[in-house]
Amino acid sequence: MDVFKNRLKEKPFGRRAFLKRFAMAAALSSSASATGCIGLLQNDDRFQLKWKEYFKNNYRLMTPQEKEETVERLERLAQIEKHVDIQMSSKSPVDGVLFGYAFNLTRCEGFMECVTACVKENNLDRQTHTQYIRIFEMEPGGMSPETGDGKYFHEVPVDHHFYMGVQCFHCENAPCVRACPTKATWKEPDGIVVVDYDWCIGCRYCMAACPYYGRRFNWGAPKVPNNEMTQKQHYLGNRIRPKGTMEKCTFCVQRTRAGRLPACVEACPTGARVFGNLLDPDSEIRFVLKHKKVFRLKEDLATDPKFWYFVD
Amino acid sequence: MHKKYSISGKGFISFVKDIIIWDLSGGVIYQLFLCGLVLIMMLGVYAYFLQFNSGLSVTNMSDIVSWGFYIANFTFLVGVAAAAVMLILPAYVFKDRDLHKVVIIGEVVAVGALIMCLLFILVDLGNPLKAWHLVPGIGILNWPSSLLSWDIIVLNGYLALNSFIPFYIVYSHYHNRVPDKKKYLPFVFISIFWAFAIHMVTAFLYEGLPARAFWNNPLMGPRFLASAFAAGPALISVVLGAIHSFTEFNIESRVFRKLRLIIVISAIINLVMLFSEIFKEFYTPTHHSRSAIYLFFGLDGYDALVHWIWTGISMNIIGTVILMLNPGRKNPLINLPAAVLLFFGIWIEKGMGLIIPGFIPSPLGEIVDYTPSWVEISIAFGILSFGILVVTLLVKPALIIEQQFEKQEEMATQLIHT
Repeated sequence: MDVFKNRLKEKPFGRRAFLKRFAMAAALSSSASATGCIGLLQNDDRFQLKWKEYFKNNYRLMTPQEKEETVERLERLAQIEKHVDIQMSSKSPVDGVLFGYAFNLTRCEGFMECVTACVKENNLDRQTHTQYIRIFEMEPGGMSPETGDGKYFHEVPVDHHFYMGVQCFHCENAPCVRACPTKATWKEPDGIVVVDYDWCIGCRYCMAACPYYGRRFNWGAPKVPNNEMTQKQHYLGNRIRPKGTMEKCTFCVQRTRAGRLPACVEACPTGARVFGNLLDPDSEIRFVLKHKKVFRLKEDLATDPKFWYFVD
Repeated sequence: MHKKYSISGKGFISFVKDIIIWDLSGGVIYQLFLCGLVLIMMLGVYAYFLQFNSGLSVTNMSDIVSWGFYIANFTFLVGVAAAAVMLILPAYVFKDRDLHKVVIIGEVVAVGALIMCLLFILVDLGNPLKAWHLVPGIGILNWPSSLLSWDIIVLNGYLALNSFIPFYIVYSHYHNRVPDKKKYLPFVFISIFWAFAIHMVTAFLYEGLPARAFWNNPLMGPRFLASAFAAGPALISVVLGAIHSFTEFNIESRVFRKLRLIIVISAIINLVMLFSEIFKEFYTPTHHSRSAIYLFFGLDGYDALVHWIWTGISMNIIGTVILMLNPGRKNPLINLPAAVLLFFGIWIEKGMGLIIPGFIPSPLGEIVDYTPSWVEISIAFGILSFGILVVTLLVKPALIIEQQFEKQEEMATQLIHT
């Protein structure tokens, strides 16, 4: 308890801080055994980090300095708890960039290299086999994944079939963003729909609101072996998500904001995936939109996805 | 009145003390009833402890069926809470004296139902320790954009209204004072509108999602109201029947007759709307009808809900028809089994039968079945027991105080006449 008292003495605090601390005390006392409170108190360093992490603000309201501090804390916590050295970034969107994606239905042959690369790059839970990307094997005659087979397990490509990849479409008018009761998910200025994993309360209303099955939930604590972990992480991207929160495709924000391609685009052996800056008239994505016949899924819902399908 | 239930003094402390003493005293059956509720609650707490530690992975929910038994029960109980208005409206607005005597029981049932609603939301959260993120000021409430934020506001507001009004009236009666109408009547009228609001907003929560064709149906709000105004008064009739049969308090037959009328009218409107929905889904089945086909007939070999929905609808129709025919003209208690039937019919239909098919098939056309895990069932029954306990512990002292106040008033009028 001395730890508590000392901290309380350190600095006077306002109503907001008081309420927060009050909430923390209530939360701690109600879950003392569950979170291993005694263990926390013994390890003062870890306790301090966790304490500050618990009371931090929504990412969008943080000052650049606060963003740096939380990233540092998360790096240290990863060291203490998981014994891994991660490098986490909080890089902001680049001005004049709006990301868009196009998928070539003629080229894709269903190898699922993109899925494997995505799971690895984004540190997706290996236990429940979380996948952001789904590939549907489609018979000719339809363009909706509902008519396809999303669980195929055989040699590809199969004759007279085509393959359709589905992931988060980063809608301009995203129903998930509107649904979230805490503003824990939003559209960044570069068009990426992100989740603040530490602000999400896990109500899953966004999941019900998404017409594309674009969002995933951490039903348990995600498991990623240390030797398989991608250590270059982003706060809004591929860091290890806490239990009970939403996650989703971020167009590999940790790569794309650093000028690289998303892992799925890079991994695709047939060149079916096109990614780029919609505001750059010379980009490949703009070329596709100008010269190919493109369509989007469920356009009747007015979600305005930034993900187009096209055929050669 | 029994001597052990005497008012011991004045002030808030003796008020609370008396309530605790009255709540804890009672016959063996009463004590066993309380113990049973506590036992089920303890099972619920244990199950929640497991869920808290391992996460929602101990439930049978998945990325496809992402809401399950908890939200199903939540949705149904919002209706039960809203139904108190079916007593409040005639009692306060139309000055119905019979219903005025039992209006407090309706309000207490609403309080119990709301507490259960809020608990069902809480146990459904993946990250309950971060629930403070919803509190405006220290967190962010995405109002007015998110319908869930509206729901949180209206549910808590309705709980506050339905706690304050009966508390004020009972507290005044405890001190043998006539409650000041100016102080509580405005809140009564607010609560009438508020009752409609909690149910419409909860319906909009689903209705406002174009992603789920099964829910994206403008009839949902009105149908929520109709089914609630049938199921809620049905439950209140059963509670009144239990009070009438197992305690020394007498509930007049007229009350049951009036409630029956409310139930029958609401249940018929509900069935008409159900028929309209079924017509739309099955006369010209479209891609958007696949959820309804899954619910009523099963899809691609998956049929976990089929027997449930047919049971639910059968109970619904049989209950409605029996209450229409009214075999209990002379003894209204005979109608109660039909009210129970109707109540559980609506529970199935509006709980599991409404929430689960919204997710099946998934937006990408995938089909999975969902049945709640034992953890979900234990937690749900724990919460239901807690709700029943709350209602019991609130109704008992309220009735004692009300009866004593009535007796005092009768004595006073007798004194005036002599």
